[in-house]
Amino acid sequence: MEYASQIMQYALTGLTLGGIYSVVALGFVVIYSVTGIINFAHGECVMLGAMVSVSCLGAGFPLSLSIFTAVVAVAVFGIIFEKLTVAPAKKASAVTLIIITIGAAIAIRGAALLVWGASPYPMPAFTSEQPLYVAGATVLPQSIWVMATSTAIFGGLYLLFNKSRTGKALRAAAMDRVAALLMGISPQRMSSLAFGLSAATAALAGAVVAPITTATYDMGLMLGLKGFIAASMGGLTSVTWAILGGFFLGLLESFGAGLISSNYKEAFAFILLIAILFRNALSGSRSKTVEKKV
Amino acid sequence: MNRKTLLTLGAVLVLVLILAAGCGGGGEETSEEAEAYKIGAIFDISGPASSLGVPERNTALLIEEQINAAGGIDGHPVEIIIEDNESNETKAVQAAKKLIEVDQVLAIVGPSTTGTSMAIIDTVQKSEVPMVSAAAGVGIAYPPGERHWVFKTAQNDSLVIGKVVDYLVAQGLTRVAFLNMNNAFGDSGRAEFEKASTPAGIDVVAWEKFGATDKDMTAQLTRIKAADPDAVVVWAIPPSASIVTKNYRQLGIDAPLIHSHGVGNRAFIELAGDASEGVIFPVGKLLVAEQLTDDDPQKEVLVKYAQDYEAKFEEPRSTFGGHGWDAVSVVLEALKTSGPDRAKLRDAIEGTENFAGISGVFNFSPDDHAGLDKSSLVIVKIVNGEWTILEGGN
Amino acid sequence: MLGTKTKVLLILWLLFMAVLPFVMPNQYYLGNLIIVGLYTLVGIGLCLLMGFAGQVSLGHAAFYGLGAYSSALLTVHFDLSPVLALVAAAVLTGLIAFFLGIPAMRLEEHYLALATLGWGIIVFIFFNEQTSLTGGPSGFSGIPYFSIGPLVFSSDMSFYYLVLAVVALGMLLAYNLVHSRMGRALRALRTSEAAAQSLGIATSRYKNRVFVISAVYASISGSLYCHYVTFISPSPFGFQASIEFVLIAVVGGLASIFGPVFGAAAVIALTEGVGAVMPKFFPYAGSEFEIIIYGCLLVIIMIFVPEGLTAALKKKRLRDKIEFGYRLLWRGLKDASRGC
Repeated sequence: MEYASQIMQYALTGLTLGGIYSVVALGFVVIYSVTGIINFAHGECVMLGAMVSVSCLGAGFPLSLSIFTAVVAVAVFGIIFEKLTVAPAKKASAVTLIIITIGAAIAIRGAALLVWGASPYPMPAFTSEQPLYVAGATVLPQSIWVMATSTAIFGGLYLLFNKSRTGKALRAAAMDRVAALLMGISPQRMSSLAFGLSAATAALAGAVVAPITTATYDMGLMLGLKGFIAASMGGLTSVTWAILGGFFLGLLESFGAGLISSNYKEAFAFILLIAILFRNALSGSRSKTVEKKV
Repeated sequence: MNRKTLLTLGAVLVLVLILAAGCGGGGEETSEEAEAYKIGAIFDISGPASSLGVPERNTALLIEEQINAAGGIDGHPVEIIIEDNESNETKAVQAAKKLIEVDQVLAIVGPSTTGTSMAIIDTVQKSEVPMVSAAAGVGIAYPPGERHWVFKTAQNDSLVIGKVVDYLVAQGLTRVAFLNMNNAFGDSGRAEFEKASTPAGIDVVAWEKFGATDKDMTAQLTRIKAADPDAVVVWAIPPSASIVTKNYRQLGIDAPLIHSHGVGNRAFIELAGDASEGVIFPVGKLLVAEQLTDDDPQKEVLVKYAQDYEAKFEEPRSTFGGHGWDAVSVVLEALKTSGPDRAKLRDAIEGTENFAGISGVFNFSPDDHAGLDKSSLVIVKIVNGEWTILEGGN
Repeated sequence: MLGTKTKVLLILWLLFMAVLPFVMPNQYYLGNLIIVGLYTLVGIGLCLLMGFAGQVSLGHAAFYGLGAYSSALLTVHFDLSPVLALVAAAVLTGLIAFFLGIPAMRLEEHYLALATLGWGIIVFIFFNEQTSLTGGPSGFSGIPYFSIGPLVFSSDMSFYYLVLAVVALGMLLAYNLVHSRMGRALRALRTSEAAAQSLGIATSRYKNRVFVISAVYASISGSLYCHYVTFISPSPFGFQASIEFVLIAVVGGLASIFGPVFGAAAVIALTEGVGAVMPKFFPYAGSEFEIIIYGCLLVIIMIFVPEGLTAALKKKRLRDKIEFGYRLLWRGLKDASRGC
């Protein structure tokens, strides 16, 4: 394989991975920008989206209905989740909340293990399994779906946050709780909405990614972590950076594995995380720490 | 004594009660007419190795049912006490201790993986309890001088690699790339291949690894493709093995794809779909039991086990379940001659000869606690989603 | 030094623990107690970090693992005595923590949590990848038993007392630390970093010191662990373990020296209890329920009693509730016995 095609292959693989990470990252941004919480159970929502889709397909539902069911079910789950675990901990510190969401993630994973077992579930690709050829390298059609979904969610969120009244209400609740209350916006409602919305995007992400990765009960952990790392490139508050961060991470992993060392491929993401954290801290962007608003 | 101290003591008491309750499981036992023979089993039922542990656990339950229906051993019912070590070494050690001390088992079957098996060796040797592991690592039962109480039933990975090397040489595939999963299984395969390749005249043109949770291996495969090998050997288990296979076809690599015995299960084919077509791998004879010639010493045992297992659990047969079958059966067979004495049981296990099991025909001896040779394996090719024998087991 | 009440409690507890092996029905529980002890040791260090210094570590299993691997390698490949290896491992881990801490302690609360999360995973990957050094995922065996001079701790019984002694020592040291000048500075820090700084307290330096101390505790525990199992591989040192340590610190309570003891015992007792009870209802279940309960426990405790159970016990309202519960129970028992 010529060098150029090799590089092309790394690039395409990187974009595939990047698409996966960016679509997960978006959900982190939604929750953080509205409530100031880092939700480590987000990865599990992705997993639930994948598992529910697969189960629906197995029950005979057509593809679009399966995905729709998954999205709705997980969105509802997200709202319930918020009511049960986040709302009661209103006054808790940021670290406590992180640990709470980690605990919840563990419980959800255990429940998934109970319901679906440990075996991976295959999911058929949306269109075709035949790879496409680009400049001597290949990419799966499903990867295109992933990237398209990522862009669509991004577009949807951008419009929501910037152009719609609900979006403005969400952002108002994030910026100043009391003022929002005065304006007739309920912070609790906004918080629930944020979680529900984030869960919905997670479910969609899970459904579109599963044909590539297969659906397993523990897929949420790593996906969540990496999606988080991607989102934190933009301080967790920017949807644009969630996308860019996701693709950056995917390309970093792919080229790192291809050109440097496939052994430490997993480590690249976390080294990046630490780099981001230190950059944030040293540049004194403590203002990025949004206090819990709702 | 003030209130606070009282409360603290009360809390401590409650705690001790919970502990006692937690450990109380092994206490009460109704006495039975003929005392049951108790065998302990530790499997990786949950956690990353559950695709190994679950069939093994199912198989153990199946055997327990069958042997008790046939009257037990010398009229003694057999009780198999199963522990889940969650693919976790510390828990494996705890489980071993519980089985030995609380349940007073005669022998321990399992664990399912090399790591957890290695972890409990010290415990079983100190307590002088025979152990028959269902895992693949050579080091588990080698050197026999230092493993007096330890045996194993899955083929040594050195054996399986040997079979692969033989095939490669026979087919004239001497420029080979090796890709393994980064866990104990993959690692061990790689180490064995390193040892076996050069003496056999095989030139390894690429060594690559991927992580157990990786969802995409195209980067590594791209490097392999660039090295232009005659064949590619992959040492992994599903789902990773399936993902690699899909990536392999996606990249359009022509060279024959040779997998390990880790893909000897239906899950691999289901997850890889059409990509699994043409995959070649060495495996015990269970998967192709019905295709064996009638004079094969294992055929009868294999077919019966496959039928019983698939009927009872409505799940496809699994070679891992087979390793579990062998471990339990070897112990039970030895128990027939030794009676309920741990040391005698160990001797009886060591003396097992020509025992037709699922993974092969076992011959243990003081020099060999692994018991199998290359004839226990066949080379299989996946054609139309089914397994067909390519080469006999010799 | 120690306040009278604490002294009495400590002695009572030591006596209780020393006698326990002889009261127990068999040796299996000894193994459990040893694990409880090892986890307690890590917990004490983590409590110092989280409770008294108000910092968080979601990657402490890394230090636990570094201690274990260092001891294992030094005793197996360099024939060092286990005691020397333990000390060397602790020094090495401490140094790593020190250099890591310099930048890390400047991070804010949840940035630190995430950084330690990332650190823990990187170290875990390192254990898995550096096969030439660590044996990779397969690990290696042949680690000798722990020994001090001619005294070899090969039996569970002897190892138990070793661990007990180390834990007791650890508790004493932690107590001293908390009541020392550094301890007071740390508590000031926890309440308000800005205020502490204005009082001239070198907050970063103190924070780093506690970080190093907590790492050393974990390292020592890891060293002991490897001499207990005599086999080592990366799997006990992953993210799961880090969370387990946090759970122990949190369950037990971040404000008390007895907290981690209580926490470790409670967590392990719970795991064993669930493991014993569940198969009676669900014979085909593995440990899924444990995982679920684990997670739920973490959530519930962090929502309702984030300072941990021992601190909560100190709170009057909870005490009243527990007392009420006891009274009800006592009355119920009296009624029941009358009815018989």
